[in-house]
Amino acid sequence: MSTVRFGPELALLVAAGLVVLVDLAYPRRMVSLALGLLGVAAAAVWTLALGFGGGRGSAFQGTLLVDNFSLFFAVLVLAVTGAVLLASWDSLRAMGGREAEYVALMLVAATGALLLAGVNDLIAIFIALELTSVPQYILAAFSRTNRSSEAGLKYLLYGAISSAVLLYGMAFLYGATGTTSLPGIAHALSAHDGRTAAAVVGMVFVAAGFGFKMAIVPFQMWVPDVYQGAPTPVSAYLSVGSKAAGFAVALRVFLTALRVDGLATDWANMFAVLAVASMTIGNVGALWQRDIKRLLGYSSIAQAGNLLVGLAAATATRGDVLGASGVLFFVAAYAFTNLGAFIAVIALSHRLGSDEIDAYAGAWRRSPLLAVVLAFCLVSLTGIPPTAGFWAKLYIFNAAVRGGMVWLAVIGVLNSVISAAYYLGVVGVMFMRPPAEERRISLSPVVGLPLIVAAVGTLAFGLVPGPLIAAAEHAAAVFAH
Amino acid sequence: MLSGFGPVSAFWLLAVLAVGSALMVVVARNLLHAVLWLILHFVAVAGLFLLMTAEFLAMAQVLVYVGAVGVLVLFAVMLTPSPWSENTEGRLGGVAVLLGGCLAAVLIFVAARTPWAQVTAGGFASTAQAIGRALIGRWALPFEIASVLLVVAMIGSIVLARGED
Repeated sequence: MSTVRFGPELALLVAAGLVVLVDLAYPRRMVSLALGLLGVAAAAVWTLALGFGGGRGSAFQGTLLVDNFSLFFAVLVLAVTGAVLLASWDSLRAMGGREAEYVALMLVAATGALLLAGVNDLIAIFIALELTSVPQYILAAFSRTNRSSEAGLKYLLYGAISSAVLLYGMAFLYGATGTTSLPGIAHALSAHDGRTAAAVVGMVFVAAGFGFKMAIVPFQMWVPDVYQGAPTPVSAYLSVGSKAAGFAVALRVFLTALRVDGLATDWANMFAVLAVASMTIGNVGALWQRDIKRLLGYSSIAQAGNLLVGLAAATATRGDVLGASGVLFFVAAYAFTNLGAFIAVIALSHRLGSDEIDAYAGAWRRSPLLAVVLAFCLVSLTGIPPTAGFWAKLYIFNAAVRGGMVWLAVIGVLNSVISAAYYLGVVGVMFMRPPAEERRISLSPVVGLPLIVAAVGTLAFGLVPGPLIAAAEHAAAVFAH
Repeated sequence: MLSGFGPVSAFWLLAVLAVGSALMVVVARNLLHAVLWLILHFVAVAGLFLLMTAEFLAMAQVLVYVGAVGVLVLFAVMLTPSPWSENTEGRLGGVAVLLGGCLAAVLIFVAARTPWAQVTAGGFASTAQAIGRALIGRWALPFEIASVLLVVAMIGSIVLARGED
């Protein structure tokens, strides 16, 4: 039965339904969260069983693929979802009887992200993208504050427009090739000169649609406002889970369907330019931020730029998937690092009652653990050893150099220097400035667990990056020709 | 390929109607008028589907978009406070028209130059049957996922619209 390969998604959807139904009879925050985590765990076990039990293959007549690439992203997205759910523990209290819906929407967003990494057909990709986006529009507006409503509305409007653009691009690709299946498109494009005007227009529009999910320039306008207004755990999910899903589907579409020679050069150049723009605008924008969530928003734009370097280098050399495995490795390292940073921000801001960076003054004295973890994650985001972020940047810039894009790597390194100013600025505020008050900041163990896991992951993959690199290269080998 | 005076003139009539009413949706200052133009646009597109012998799609378009979506939007506009308020005008209107015009020029150029694949009339004996088979066969996954999407959207709108407990 090939439908077994749909198991992880099914487990998440069943859990989402159960969470909402059980909440009707027995509304407890603890029960909703436990059921949600159980669903994530079941999906993770199923994913691992597919991976180790020889479950690779396809389902639904080739629409859904289970290969190393989709398994890699499934494990990543499930880990992120579990961590974000745990980190939401304190925030759930403020939701006034809507905890179950929050958990259920998170699970459905994760289902969409899982499908995005696995589906092999433009129509299915569009529906999966909507399945992961719609819950996030709602979650962004979940706090009953004006800022949160504004965040939800902005995200919805930008999302709706980018979905329309994506669909228009897909229509062009379908018109140019007569099929919606990704291998079918590749086949049709390579049968004759694939670089027709219609294919190029379709490619650009599809890139624009995915660009919104990846939060790259010029589709980044929503990022700072949405990150600032949305509940912090939701911002954490947007910055990691949503971005990972965006890059997963972009890799799948561009490396499967659109890798015909002329067209591949076109999009590699396009992504190289967008990488420079994203890194520069993200980093320069972050320099002026006084709000930690806005700062992390701009930082996530810059990090998306780093990831685009890998995408630009993905087809630079034949028979080599260094760029693609660079993206995978970077996404995984970034997930640990950024989650660690966000969870520390969740815990600190919750107790401090403020997202202002100035309120973090002397955080070191008030909560050594949170301050150290946040500082360590910011160091990793800068790309300084011994952190996972260092290896991620090294790997991805190496891919650019090997692909003959030395200038891109140079700009990337220069941008890392700019980013050090604001990342280390926050560290300075926490460690150098005297605290406003001496009262200790407590940390609930439920939030502490994912925080420690993220920090240990960042350190462990900083010291021993080998296994993660091997996994990323294994997953990217799916695209080797 | 369309041929004969009837189908060709019907196509141009419907095409002008579809594009014109779509333009009016954007240009109309009054929100309610914009919705009415939108409904006219849906009808014109349904006509275009019919011209392409996609009769099931045409009927679905009329039932779902004209009948349900159009009326729903109309209700939503009527039920919001001050529905007669004018569409706001942004400061970047001129720039938007310029950029939109450039994009339209590129797209029209590309669409006109591309040798699109053409289907001869009567490619499908019955489109309803073909669509039904496709939905439970090749596209079963997106079809099922779409239903999850609708449930999620419903739950979400209830959660957001519900007041404090």
